[in-house]
Amino acid sequence: MAEKLVYTRTKTIQEDKVSGFCPGCMHGTVMKLIGEVIDELGIIEKTACVLGIGCCGLQMDYMAYDNITSPHGRACAVATGIKRTNPDTFVFTYQGDGDLASIGLAETMSAANRGENISVIFINNGIYGMTGGQMAPTTLLGMKATTAPKGRDPKEHGYPMHMCEILDKLTAPVYLERTSCNTPQNLMHTKSAIKKAFVNQLEGRGFSMVEIVTTCPTNWGMDALGALDYLEKNMLAEFPLGLIRDRTKEA
Amino acid sequence: MARVFMKGCEAMAEAAVRAGCRFFAGYPITPQNEIPEYMSRRLPEVGGHFVQGESEVASVSMVYGAAASGTRSMTSSSSPGISLKSEGVSYCASARVPMVYINVARGGPGVGSIQPAQMDYLQATKASGNGGFRMRVFAPATVQEAADMVYAAFDYADRDRNPVLILSDGVVGTMMEPVELPPMKTEEEVAAIKESKRSWAIVGHKLDYAHRAWIQPGQWSTLLQQKENEAAAALYESWKSDARAEEYLLEDAEIVLTSYGICGRIAKSAVNVLRREGVKAGLIRPLTVYPFPYGAYDRIDYRRVKGILDVEMSIPALFLEDVETAVAGRARISTCLCSGGNIMSRDAVLRAAAKIMEGN
Repeated sequence: MAEKLVYTRTKTIQEDKVSGFCPGCMHGTVMKLIGEVIDELGIIEKTACVLGIGCCGLQMDYMAYDNITSPHGRACAVATGIKRTNPDTFVFTYQGDGDLASIGLAETMSAANRGENISVIFINNGIYGMTGGQMAPTTLLGMKATTAPKGRDPKEHGYPMHMCEILDKLTAPVYLERTSCNTPQNLMHTKSAIKKAFVNQLEGRGFSMVEIVTTCPTNWGMDALGALDYLEKNMLAEFPLGLIRDRTKEA
Repeated sequence: MARVFMKGCEAMAEAAVRAGCRFFAGYPITPQNEIPEYMSRRLPEVGGHFVQGESEVASVSMVYGAAASGTRSMTSSSSPGISLKSEGVSYCASARVPMVYINVARGGPGVGSIQPAQMDYLQATKASGNGGFRMRVFAPATVQEAADMVYAAFDYADRDRNPVLILSDGVVGTMMEPVELPPMKTEEEVAAIKESKRSWAIVGHKLDYAHRAWIQPGQWSTLLQQKENEAAAALYESWKSDARAEEYLLEDAEIVLTSYGICGRIAKSAVNVLRREGVKAGLIRPLTVYPFPYGAYDRIDYRRVKGILDVEMSIPALFLEDVETAVAGRARISTCLCSGGNIMSRDAVLRAAAKIMEGN
């Protein structure tokens, strides 16, 4: 029987690089999905990735394609500068919750409001990873963080921010969806959401964002499986998965 | 090329367009609003792009992105806004991304005043952002100089792959003067400049890890970061011979006025008055405040000179620190200062010069 090739590793990730992501972290998973989508769309030669600051930026050393590290929070502004002057370049940002929803809130909102023709991949794990577990805008109520040692208290810290729903109040964005990578089914759906966001840009439709709810076992103080349970029970209760907006056909 | 009558801000904006600038992002702040306003109209005419950013930090990051993808790009602001730009400027310096920015300086510190001042000297020349980087900093005194310096700044930025700052002020930015604009680069020339950056510009490359465009405003490896800093230091060192100053009637000078930017022009007019009165006055006016033209001060005849007069629109005196280094104790230095948005008066300079000549 002839052998049939059913899987090859994406070439967009450099083979000889060793991942610095923690066990159970989903950055590597999403990075692979992005690479596969880039492969499938055949756009590697025109791809520019704008990385945020934090764990989301670790992959700069592993990805085999063009990338730039933006100042903390400014990824959507950097992407604006690249895309406006190079409309044929495919530009996506890759940002964590502190980067996109806290220090970069103005840049995110404004780029979305201008309807920049860019794609945003937003990794929401409810905590600051690289700096060691501080409270994020997306930290759940009661969830402990190194700067909220008694847990997030709405009286003092307010409530978790829902970026997809916030951007849904704007007129310009074309596509907003929240997904996760906690099950094979959700992972495959995340891949198709990423592809949709990318195709929207390639076809000139405007601003797309995929919010991917992920884990941070290290700073949640859990093992990888425990973090998956926590994500399913708590994160997804606060951040329900699903399509928030799809104006792809109108755009 | 015919002379035209233009406002400083607009002349600087037009000079940038003529130098091949095709991207501008900025945020409103007085007294530099004419630059973004002009660019919003002008850039689309030449196939360029203007974005009114949501803030100065966003605007300079847009410029970082556009410049990192090979386009000649510029931003501008005024003093408090320049502080906000420092984040993106430091990133450009670290990642070796060429860009040009203009400070149409106003009073400070804090929100200060919207009138002209020179309170940003130390920020411009010593620490325009975190991390100890350096930039060429030009200080125009006329609309003509402002246009010429902006035009040249893009070549310097590209040559060095480093930011360049034009330190102007609210007078140079808002006054109208005759100016001969530099030649317009052709679309072919602008395209060739962009193409020359293609190997490192973040626009997409063939799948090849070693040859991808990788714009890195920092290094994980401390050893590599030190190497990068050593290379940058060598670059900054190489600029020393590029330091420029206007040296005016220096040879027989018994009193030397020194000043930069608009204040240097006022000081020069005071030198002319003094000469008419028979006082042997001279002037050193740095055109580059970084690198600082220390050598110009070696050409003062210290056997003749009764004193040096530092003239600046800043209190405390800031430019004075470089003048003291340059003079190195060879003559007494007095100051003539104003601040808060008040413009230097020639009479005040003449009074201060008289004191020196009287031996006070």
